[in-house]
Amino acid sequence: MSATQTEAASVRNHLRSGTLAEAKAQGLTGEEFERIKDILGRDPNVTELAVFAVMWSEHCSYKSSILELKTLPRSGGRLLAEAGEENAGLVDIGDGWAVAFKIESHNHPSAVEPFQGAATGVGGILRDIFTMGARPLVVLDTLRFGALDDPHNRYLFDGVVQGIAHYGNCFGVPTAAGEVMFDPSYSGNPLVNVMAVGVVRHDRVTRSRAGGVGNKVFYVGSRTGRDGIHGVTFASEELTGDDEAKRPSVQVGDPFAEKLLLEATLELAKSGAMVSIQDMGGAGLTCSSSEMAAAGKVGMELDLDLVPLREPDMEPWEIMLSESQERMLLVAQPNREEEIREVFERWDLEVVEVGKVTGDGILRLSHKGRVVGEIPAWYLALGGGAPQYRRESRRPAGLDELAAFNPLDLPDTDDPAGVLLTLLADPDIASKLWVYRQYDQSVRTNTALEPGRGDAAVIRVEGATKGLAVTTDGNGRYVSLDPRQGAVQAVVEAARNVACVGARPVAITNCLNFGHPDKPEVFYFFREAVAGMGEACRALGTPVTGGNVSFYNETRGQAVFPTPVIGMLGLLEDVSRFVGSAFQREGDAVYLLGRSGGDGLGGSCYLKTIHNRIAGPIAPVDYDLERRLIDLLVELAETGTAGSAHDVSDGGLAVCLAECCITRGENPVGVTVDLPPESTLAAHLFGEAPGRVVVSVSPDRSGELEELAGKHNVPFRRIGTTGGDRFRWSGCFDISLTELAEPYYNAIPSRMEG
Amino acid sequence: MNWKMTVETTTETISRWGVVIFPGSNCDKDALDAVGRICGQEARPIWHRECSLDGLDAVILPGGFSYGDYLRAGAIARFAPVMEEIVAFAGRGGLVIGICNGFQTLTEVGLLPGALMRNVGLRFICSEVYIRVERTDTPFTRRFRPGQVMKIPIAHNEGNFFLPSGPLRELEDNGQVVFRYCDQNGEVTPESNPNGSLNNIAGIVNRGGNVLGMMPHPERRCDPLLGRPDGVDLFRSMIDHLAGR
Repeated sequence: MSATQTEAASVRNHLRSGTLAEAKAQGLTGEEFERIKDILGRDPNVTELAVFAVMWSEHCSYKSSILELKTLPRSGGRLLAEAGEENAGLVDIGDGWAVAFKIESHNHPSAVEPFQGAATGVGGILRDIFTMGARPLVVLDTLRFGALDDPHNRYLFDGVVQGIAHYGNCFGVPTAAGEVMFDPSYSGNPLVNVMAVGVVRHDRVTRSRAGGVGNKVFYVGSRTGRDGIHGVTFASEELTGDDEAKRPSVQVGDPFAEKLLLEATLELAKSGAMVSIQDMGGAGLTCSSSEMAAAGKVGMELDLDLVPLREPDMEPWEIMLSESQERMLLVAQPNREEEIREVFERWDLEVVEVGKVTGDGILRLSHKGRVVGEIPAWYLALGGGAPQYRRESRRPAGLDELAAFNPLDLPDTDDPAGVLLTLLADPDIASKLWVYRQYDQSVRTNTALEPGRGDAAVIRVEGATKGLAVTTDGNGRYVSLDPRQGAVQAVVEAARNVACVGARPVAITNCLNFGHPDKPEVFYFFREAVAGMGEACRALGTPVTGGNVSFYNETRGQAVFPTPVIGMLGLLEDVSRFVGSAFQREGDAVYLLGRSGGDGLGGSCYLKTIHNRIAGPIAPVDYDLERRLIDLLVELAETGTAGSAHDVSDGGLAVCLAECCITRGENPVGVTVDLPPESTLAAHLFGEAPGRVVVSVSPDRSGELEELAGKHNVPFRRIGTTGGDRFRWSGCFDISLTELAEPYYNAIPSRMEG
Repeated sequence: MNWKMTVETTTETISRWGVVIFPGSNCDKDALDAVGRICGQEARPIWHRECSLDGLDAVILPGGFSYGDYLRAGAIARFAPVMEEIVAFAGRGGLVIGICNGFQTLTEVGLLPGALMRNVGLRFICSEVYIRVERTDTPFTRRFRPGQVMKIPIAHNEGNFFLPSGPLRELEDNGQVVFRYCDQNGEVTPESNPNGSLNNIAGIVNRGGNVLGMMPHPERRCDPLLGRPDGVDLFRSMIDHLAGR
């Protein structure tokens, strides 16, 4: 065929009607296909069908989850935008400052190509933050992998960590917190959840809704290629292209381009030359244009011939669906177009006018002089006319049996020292130094408390005395046994963690990683976890600012542990008042604050590691106690009373105290503990019952601590004194700190570096 | 942007500093902050296309990933228009300090000898390290005691200093090695060498002693909030030197 003939064939192809078979091949149901015809009043052409298919995909429409998510507390005093309204959550922190933060998954790309999958995950979430006008202050990463004895899991772990490092380090944002856990259920389907946090002055927040009929629409950043077009699988005979269209769709991140986009975008956010801007993330140009139009209740016209392409002859649907990285769509204020061009060009970025805002609510696409798509934008967007379903939910048969298991029926441990050393060598508990050493933690000189030094990272708000404390938490093991309590514990532990460093918990974001939503058992976990998260957020007054749902995390039909990850934001009025987790001095008094309810062995690391069992009831949470404990911890920090604070979680009190001893770096400080068992030795030392925190205070301030604990009605107990180079627990064990540090610091490097 | 602040006014005459911004620099704000807010000097950003350093007393090439460092760290930055001016500025005896990516760029442009190769272990390393001050008679180190140990972070992928044996001996004989990686007690040991640098070299000066390149980040240890502020005396040494003290 000649070039003209090919072109004519191509035009015929993308103007012809899409078929039901094509709709199904792209993941739409027959019912949804009928609905599209009703909306348009005609058959969709292939381009329109592709646009509907991606916008109505689970990824963009949240069609299976949105009804559950609507039950969450999504508003509250400090929220400046409701969940889902903007690219990320927005929270007021006083004095004219706001925090934008969000977490997102990049699980499947990372399973296929760990380095680029994780790298582009970082890139995507950073764009969500700075499109709001906020400069990213810190990145956190929550990672889950299969067991490290499998070389493929090691390959994934290594690649993901290097990918995160590559992108974040080059972009110039500290990666300063997160968590990594391992379980065979994640083999082949790792979880890579990335959270980014930024700050912005209230008056410089850039919105994502288009507005102003006639305003120009600009495309900025990298060129559009065929990468990342998936979920759209036209049969090859129906297209003019051939194998070319099937090339592996690995997206490649360019953190350098992103850094330039950041600086240019923030410059324009400051000047107010833009009406709105949005990242072209999932579903690329389709998602950004339709969401911006739908949010602003306007229409948008795009001339696809003007979109900068990396390769010629891309079909309209390919241009619309490409997920090439480091691109944004923006609406200019009238008569500010030249200013916008000047700024992007100064940063060596491509900036092209590709369309305009219209008043008819239609997303109108033209290509080679023809209109190739006309769709009412509202029907495409989440929160608009996209479908919503109530999925079937059924409690799995085995859950009751698992919950009925009583860990106290097991023989008690007779080797507490051996168990402690085993737990410290468990990759879930062991130091993640091998991971975060590869991340630049201190670039931009705002990181007051670095990873491994406290229960949350503490970051100064640039130009203010305030600080942010950030952490992520989520124990899939707990959730697999009791989705409601497991999710509650994730929220409460995250809140306790930020309180330990001296911050008041403010709001959360969340990333919900589950299996296939059409499976009623999977959906039961999802629904219960959402309910638990909502309950805990209401109880603690920390609203949900937004988040991300990742379904279909399965390998060979087996779902990963249901894993809701909570990203918590805490606020310190004075950043210099932060509190670390390690003992600071010899001779300090060590206290246990709070009270344990239950033995805390259900779902514990002890049961998993020593008895190879994941079973038992998940300990209940006492919200009243948790709130008082938070108040106390914040006051202990603000008054400078506490020398250290560390919450009791994975591995129980023994692991908590061991960490207090060995995480200070050089010159660690030991401890002598006197706390006779009230239950079995295992429960006493390794039980994970919530609501407990270990603090150390200098002896001259212990009176003050006791007074404050009394004031907040928090039970306290003096359990020991710091000093020496050993961890002694009278009646239990006496171990040197060197012996404790060896498994703790070598567990991961010895597996990864051989 | 004006970073001039009046936090400390120990000097009668305030010195004027420029911090070069290449596309991809990401420690520029940190350097401006250290010299401006913390040390109370006048510090301004210098865009990579600028062709004049008139009126400046000292220039910092900050850390980051200039041009993405997709080729070789600093290999493209050396061709930026501003670099010609920096070479001339150094030739006139102006104080130039390159930190991390800035050090890499100074070796690429030939103001300093050697090359920074990928770290032994082939991984990015962000960690606090100890470095020993080898020379206290440079404009950058006059406030330090001989042999003083600083605790200071590194954050790099390519910090493995290399020079063939002849020139390396020359560098050592000339006393151009200013900082070496060491342990807590100042002992220069193989274990304290984070990246495989020859002779544990962490920072060097040119023959004239007015151009310093170092991999560790002194600007990250100037504000007490961030840890023991061991880096601040490096900038204060330069300020003293410029004030003729």
